Amino acid sequence: MKHLEEKIFKIIMICAAMLILGVLVYIIATVFYRGLPALTLDMITKLPGGGFYLGKEGGVLNAIVGSVYIIIGSLVISILISVPLVMYINFYLPAKSVFASLIRFSLDILFGIPSIVYGAFGFALMIFLGVRASLLGGILTVAMLIMPIMMRSFDEITRLLSRDLPDALLSLGATKYEMVKVILKQLMPGLVTAILLAIGRGIGDAATVLFTAGYTDNIPASLNQPAATLPLSIFFQLGSPVEEVQNRAYASAIILTVIILILSFSARYFSSKFSKHKI
Amino acid sequence: MKMNEAITLRKPITNQSIRIENLDVYIEDQHILKDISLTIPEKNITCIIGPSGCGKSTFLKTLNRMHDESPEVKINGKVFVDDENIYGPNVNVIDTRKKMGLLAQRPCPLPMSIFDNVAYGPRIHGIKKRKAVNQTVIQYLQYVGLWDEVRDRVRTSATRLSIGQQQRLCLARGLAIEPEYILGDEATSALDPLSTKKIEELFVKLKEKYTIILVTHTLRQARRIADHIIFMYLGKIIESGPTEEFFNNPKKQLTRDYLSGSFS
Repeated sequence: MKHLEEKIFKIIMICAAMLILGVLVYIIATVFYRGLPALTLDMITKLPGGGFYLGKEGGVLNAIVGSVYIIIGSLVISILISVPLVMYINFYLPAKSVFASLIRFSLDILFGIPSIVYGAFGFALMIFLGVRASLLGGILTVAMLIMPIMMRSFDEITRLLSRDLPDALLSLGATKYEMVKVILKQLMPGLVTAILLAIGRGIGDAATVLFTAGYTDNIPASLNQPAATLPLSIFFQLGSPVEEVQNRAYASAIILTVIILILSFSARYFSSKFSKHKI
Repeated sequence: MKMNEAITLRKPITNQSIRIENLDVYIEDQHILKDISLTIPEKNITCIIGPSGCGKSTFLKTLNRMHDESPEVKINGKVFVDDENIYGPNVNVIDTRKKMGLLAQRPCPLPMSIFDNVAYGPRIHGIKKRKAVNQTVIQYLQYVGLWDEVRDRVRTSATRLSIGQQQRLCLARGLAIEPEYILGDEATSALDPLSTKKIEELFVKLKEKYTIILVTHTLRQARRIADHIIFMYLGKIIESGPTEEFFNNPKKQLTRDYLSGSFS
């Protein structure tokens, strides 16, 4: 009987593992099978031409640039707010601080809010302020979406840091600020992990940018102009009845994946540059 | 081990004195240190011994105000360092900590190169000139006998050093801020016998200039290097005195029991 249990459980485990591998392979295979033939140089170097949605000339450069602008803008904002917040709740507030728990609890809730809600909230706010869909709106809304992710994961990593390093620094007569500067060096890989999670979530999200950044066939020349994004571009292309345009959606998906890979590798590269002396 | 014997200090150490009056320390509602009053002899090695949980480390932390980081710790009483009560009003915590070079139980190198580890203290305390920083770093690395071992790789990570080397690096780092006192919190308990011996030799050498207070778990170490012993039990000082006298002729029954190994 025990033997049978063991066997059944083993089969379940192996099936689960195979399922994950299978899904991954299936997704990649589909995207590449349909997208690769449509992935021409024009796709990444040209704006949509007149008949783009009818399967004619042009590319998705507008969406590539828009997505990169939005993710970089929102990353900058999120990092500038996340780092001070995480340092504050970990090193300035006492270990059992009620305020810190409250912040962590709020982050957990923000973490769980669906992106469409952020999109709707951003949209409502923009109507209230009388601003139309724009690059800035997209950046701010995506920043709202990814900030809790970045903060929460950076916080988790920061909490794992042993007290030895802060104590060593303080006992040398370092001020809190001097201490935090050194600790950040040590935490750099953790921060990069948090940033990567945020990139993954932020760049692929369509719902937040749908109303806030809008969509356009052009590259935004200022923060007040609407910006196209790759997820929306995929969405619109997939909605086309023309098969050629549908295939372009898969090509756009490949482009999106490659952008994420490039951002990931460069983040890892710079992180290892900065943290070569990590303990 | 080749050592450079002389340390040139930027500012001479004038007078050293630590005097503690009626110190009580509570962590949450536990009474950890009970009515401690004592004077630490100048330019001597004082070893605090006692079983685990007797408050040795807590005591050491009160000397450089490291309890400031934990609001659950309440401190009553006076700790006079150089005749200034460090728990009085208007005390600059940074200055107090700067006077105390702490050597922790486990070496904790900073995430920087070997050179920058030693240079860190002087730099944050205002030594900016390259030449002065270089001199300081080399002097203290020589003093702890690390210079010859690392001179070709001072720009590499401090973590590549062995744990014994790391502890000597931490000592050099602590000395580089030019403290007046050296605190050691079981500073050799993580080290192998050879590294322990090196650290002990350094302590003995350092007492020419500094007042040294060590918390130790090993009676033999206390016997080897201490000039004075303080025996603590359950947050109280049971007995204290010069090393020879303490070990050869303990006055209290509790001390005799501890020394004979009845409890530890």
